[in-house]
Amino acid sequence: MIQHPAILALSIASLLTCFMLVYAAGYGTRILEKWDLQSGSELQLELERRTYLISVILSYTLVFQILSLFLYIFTADNLHSQFTGAMCAAGSLAVNSYGYPVLILKIINCLLAGVWLIVNHVDTRGYDYPLIKTKYGLLNILAPLILLEAVLQFAYFLNLKADVITSCCGSLFSTDKRSIGGEIAGLPSGPMQQAFFGIMALTVVIGVVFYLTGKGGGIFSLFSSLTFVVAAASLVSFICLYFYELPSHHCPFCILQKEYGYVGYALYATLLGGAISGLGVGSLIPFSSHPSLSRVIPAIQRRLTLVTLVLYLLFTLIVTWRMLSTSFTLG
Amino acid sequence: MNSPLNRHTNILDFALSSLLRRKSKNLSLLVVYTLIVFVIASLIFFVQALKHEAAQTLAEAPDLVVQRMIAGRHDLIPATYGEQISAIRGVRSVTPRLWGYYYDQVFGANYTLLVPENGVVEPGSIMIGAGVARNQRIKIDDMLTLKTSRNAPLLLTVQGIYPSSSELISSDLIVLSAEDFQEMFHLPPGQFTDLAVTVANPREQVTVATKIAELFPDTRPILKSEMLRTYDSLFEWRGGMMVVILAVAVLSFIIFAWDKATGLSAEERKEIGILKSIGWETSDVLQLKFWEGIVISLTAFLVGVVLAYGHVFFFSAALFEHALKGWSVIYPQFRLIPVVDAYQLTVLFFLTVLPYTAATIIPAWLAATVPPDAAMRS
Repeated sequence: MIQHPAILALSIASLLTCFMLVYAAGYGTRILEKWDLQSGSELQLELERRTYLISVILSYTLVFQILSLFLYIFTADNLHSQFTGAMCAAGSLAVNSYGYPVLILKIINCLLAGVWLIVNHVDTRGYDYPLIKTKYGLLNILAPLILLEAVLQFAYFLNLKADVITSCCGSLFSTDKRSIGGEIAGLPSGPMQQAFFGIMALTVVIGVVFYLTGKGGGIFSLFSSLTFVVAAASLVSFICLYFYELPSHHCPFCILQKEYGYVGYALYATLLGGAISGLGVGSLIPFSSHPSLSRVIPAIQRRLTLVTLVLYLLFTLIVTWRMLSTSFTLG
Repeated sequence: MNSPLNRHTNILDFALSSLLRRKSKNLSLLVVYTLIVFVIASLIFFVQALKHEAAQTLAEAPDLVVQRMIAGRHDLIPATYGEQISAIRGVRSVTPRLWGYYYDQVFGANYTLLVPENGVVEPGSIMIGAGVARNQRIKIDDMLTLKTSRNAPLLLTVQGIYPSSSELISSDLIVLSAEDFQEMFHLPPGQFTDLAVTVANPREQVTVATKIAELFPDTRPILKSEMLRTYDSLFEWRGGMMVVILAVAVLSFIIFAWDKATGLSAEERKEIGILKSIGWETSDVLQLKFWEGIVISLTAFLVGVVLAYGHVFFFSAALFEHALKGWSVIYPQFRLIPVVDAYQLTVLFFLTVLPYTAATIIPAWLAATVPPDAAMRS
């Protein structure tokens, strides 16, 4: 294991997050079983007081969780110089078989954490804890995923071995040579461009319709998730190429580096933010008829829709600007 | 006036005034917190600056260095090796290098003796690093006496002293001519210390190195990237070790913060009781605590980072340079080039603010859920 301050930071964060989540999930299960708003028992009062604690714990935890996604990519990128053949985060993540699963889990957890925070926010707006069971049900899905992520992340860091010069033999050439140049095979760029701009336009249209009329929220949510997937694939397939001005370099992490003005962070942040808000719209639909929320939810959904639209448009704007401003073209 | 933003600014306003009302308690917390941020930030900045410095230095290094090994020890390499290596396809140039170490018994210091590629020094004269000049108390045009391997004195005139800006690499350096070097060490003819190889295409470096290793099994080719990697992991390992040691300090800080946060004074309990009885909800009190935490964390973080910046880049990390830099008789005195980026700040945030926040959540909740009547009666 490499004793890097960032690795220690990530491990400490995971440990704390897990500890707090297990605590919260434990009480969450009790709430799921024993919650009865009609009762005035001591247990119920205690649980009601606990819900505040759990909300606070989870709000902090999930914000840390979202930050840790970026720190993880940051760290993988920073470590690339330690491994033969690794050019950027793509290479460091491929050093052992845990790197990519952790990244994917982090993205999924990030999305789920965002949705949880939205549901939690809506729940606090109703006077009778309307979404309490849903909230803790969702928590019971989220907690194991985050625990798994922590375990895998620990395994990833534990199995990192830097390829450094040792006193006995200088060269590493006789040992196994990995040749990961951050080359991830991309999908054909032409159809991907059409798919990307097509689905983006559709999502925006559906979003505007939903914003104005309040109809088609489910479809909008579905499309915004689809857009997230398509945009992520497009990032690898063709968007990166325009930033690197290289027809063969498909790495989705190099755009995070200084050479490209850290534009990757803007792209990833807008994409993730858009997807979280879009998912949030959909996750609130089943509760819109709830008596204490019927006035709250449509307003929140509209605001979330606006956030998704703005962020996705920003993403498209950055991409389009780059595609038009660079002299690089894909033949 | 009831916009959420307004509500937050009002609560923040109240948080600030309530923090100021308990100055001594909060100040002690702030001082300890700042100290923790300061120490860890200094460490992270210092390691990063050293890594940067190493990368800058090695940027000028040859792509490949070929050393000859005999019985696992570094040995002299014959010039004929160089001729054969330059015949390998892709090799641009091979330069035999002469360098070595010299121990000065009078001053108890080790010098690095180096023969430059392009003969900047005449036989009989030398260029020296600032550390050598300090150690020997000599200046330009003074004479320096070295003892050759046959125990004869060799008198050399100082032609120039390297500027202190390059001290990190030139501090213990004595640059002399090939003739003087030969006079000093009496190397067998046609033998050199090692070979510096440049490769035209960076992608072919590994292939060239493999070919050299196959052609001369008694040599060890070292790539520039390998050197860089070794430096990186060395500095990071040292930084990581220090962080592990400092973890104890962070832990005691967390216990301290926890203790401060749980130990509510009667007055504070009463205050929360009054707030709740005039209509504040539990979530409002929690928000008050949240803002208090933010104010303390941000102040400590910013002050700690600024102090650490000064400590590392203006005072060369005087507090723990010995632990991180190593030591030597001729130690370079150098100023590090400031390199601070968002990555280091994020790591710092995760190492300091996150544990503090985690430690204060439960105490904040305990304070916020006090029943108002009980609080006021106590």
